[in-house]
Amino acid sequence: MIGIQHYLVVSAILFTMGVLGIFINRKNIIIILMAIELILLSVNINLVAFSAFLGDLVGQVFAMFVLTVAAGEAAIGLAILVIYFRGRGSIAVDDVNRMKG
Amino acid sequence: MSIAASLLLTLPEIILSVSAIALMLVAAFAGDGATRFVNGAAVAALFAAFLSLGGEGVAFDGLYSADAFSDFVKPLIYLAAGVSILLSTRFFAAEDKLRAEYSVLILLATVGMGMMVSATNLLTLYVGLELQSLAAYVLASFMRKDQRSAEAGLKYFVLGALASGILLYGISLLYGFSGTTDYHGVATALADGVGMGELFGIVFVLAGLSFKIAAVPFHMWTPDVYEGAPTPVTTYFGSAPKVAAVALLVRVSIEAMGSAVTSWQQILIFTSLASIILGAVGAIGQTNIKRLLAYSSINNVGFVLVGLAAGTEAGVSATMTYMVIYVLMTLGSFACVLQMRAADGSHVEDIASLAGLSRRQPALAAAIAIFMFSLAGIPPLLGFWAKFVVFDAAVAAGLMPLAVIGIAASTIGAFYYLKIVKIMYFDEPAEAYHPVGSYVESGVIALTALAVSPLGYLAIPMLSAASAVAAKALF
Repeated sequence: MIGIQHYLVVSAILFTMGVLGIFINRKNIIIILMAIELILLSVNINLVAFSAFLGDLVGQVFAMFVLTVAAGEAAIGLAILVIYFRGRGSIAVDDVNRMKG
Repeated sequence: MSIAASLLLTLPEIILSVSAIALMLVAAFAGDGATRFVNGAAVAALFAAFLSLGGEGVAFDGLYSADAFSDFVKPLIYLAAGVSILLSTRFFAAEDKLRAEYSVLILLATVGMGMMVSATNLLTLYVGLELQSLAAYVLASFMRKDQRSAEAGLKYFVLGALASGILLYGISLLYGFSGTTDYHGVATALADGVGMGELFGIVFVLAGLSFKIAAVPFHMWTPDVYEGAPTPVTTYFGSAPKVAAVALLVRVSIEAMGSAVTSWQQILIFTSLASIILGAVGAIGQTNIKRLLAYSSINNVGFVLVGLAAGTEAGVSATMTYMVIYVLMTLGSFACVLQMRAADGSHVEDIASLAGLSRRQPALAAAIAIFMFSLAGIPPLLGFWAKFVVFDAAVAAGLMPLAVIGIAASTIGAFYYLKIVKIMYFDEPAEAYHPVGSYVESGVIALTALAVSPLGYLAIPMLSAASAVAAKALF
């Protein structure tokens, strides 16, 4: 029988993979965008699992909002990436160093 | 409550979003030639939104609340947004990049901030925060041809999106373990004891919000974004979003997690001390004035959190007083940064170029000195009062060690503020600045300098009374 805890574990694993994908990844900014999507999707699994478990619809409504915002976020992220690429000619993570810090 | 009554309560947000959409259409059809008109109309919309404040009540079945707290914070946000629009026209005209979308983006971000401040449900909190953040990412990379601006936008986007993800994960845990997204519902659930799941939720929510207010250990993006973004945008980032995020943090901490103060108090104490110390130490080696002000803002957020860490009504009131004074100081110092132009009219951000400013432009030097002394918290100026009230609240709440370490660390901060004053008054003059007088910039500098000068103390009784009423609305 698959219970709520199984869903929570899957979501926690996905969330950790997303965070690690941002920090360990040394190659490409597109991979960072994918990692961000992974984090948001792990949250959605959490929300829907809790919603089903509690018999409360709010979690599913929340998941819909998260999906919508994630789409907007990806669009803006890619747009910024495009203007960045036009200036630098590269989207390697190691090249994002015009300013120190 | 009927839909009509709910719509009436959300009137400020409705005014702002409708005018943002209308102005976007104007910008699309009339092109960049209409920028000055769009900017003026945007400021008028902010003023109209300010006039429509004052409703009291809960709208849309507990999703949104208009109360004394939001009425206190929103005028501050509108003021910061209006000033950053007014300051932008000259800046972008000089760079020949006058674009009509600028004030539309500011208006949209302001709508998001209004939602953040008024949110009484985790869902509204998230939507408001994202509306503000998405507009801010675009604003940071507004100078498309400037590589630093694009890089600032990219860094802000990646770290901001990560912060939203962390916050959202915390929200999902809070929802799951308390069974509701309503602040009061969460507070009721937390009152029965904080379990492991709820504790994780609280920690994740606080971590996500620390990112937004640039508190240590989630401050890494601040210096780069402040340096890379165009100066009017930096003015905006330093003031309005910070007020909104602090107000949001205050409301969540008190209304939703107020029944579990002990589980978040230590986190806030750590973050506030770390911000004060790291903000002060990090600023010492900086050569760029915008990076220095970024570290100064990290430092100031630390003091703000001292008030919130107290967790009492007096603490919240002190936090709000601090934010008002902080916004005045920030707007003033960035307006001064805008005055730093090389002989060919281009903007310089080097601290070294301030050398001997007292002999070239005594008025500007005096204004910068006032802001620096005030940021350092030196007594006759208003910045002292801000620090005084937060530490007073912390001591009253029994957080003596926090207050002692905080005050000791604020002397480190005084070092780099005073260094700027020393460079302006005692060093050999550097090359003169391009003498462009702008009524808007001089007006902003003069008014804010006057407000943080000892004359500002005349307004203290009014400010204290207003922030006390605002704090009372949360308890």
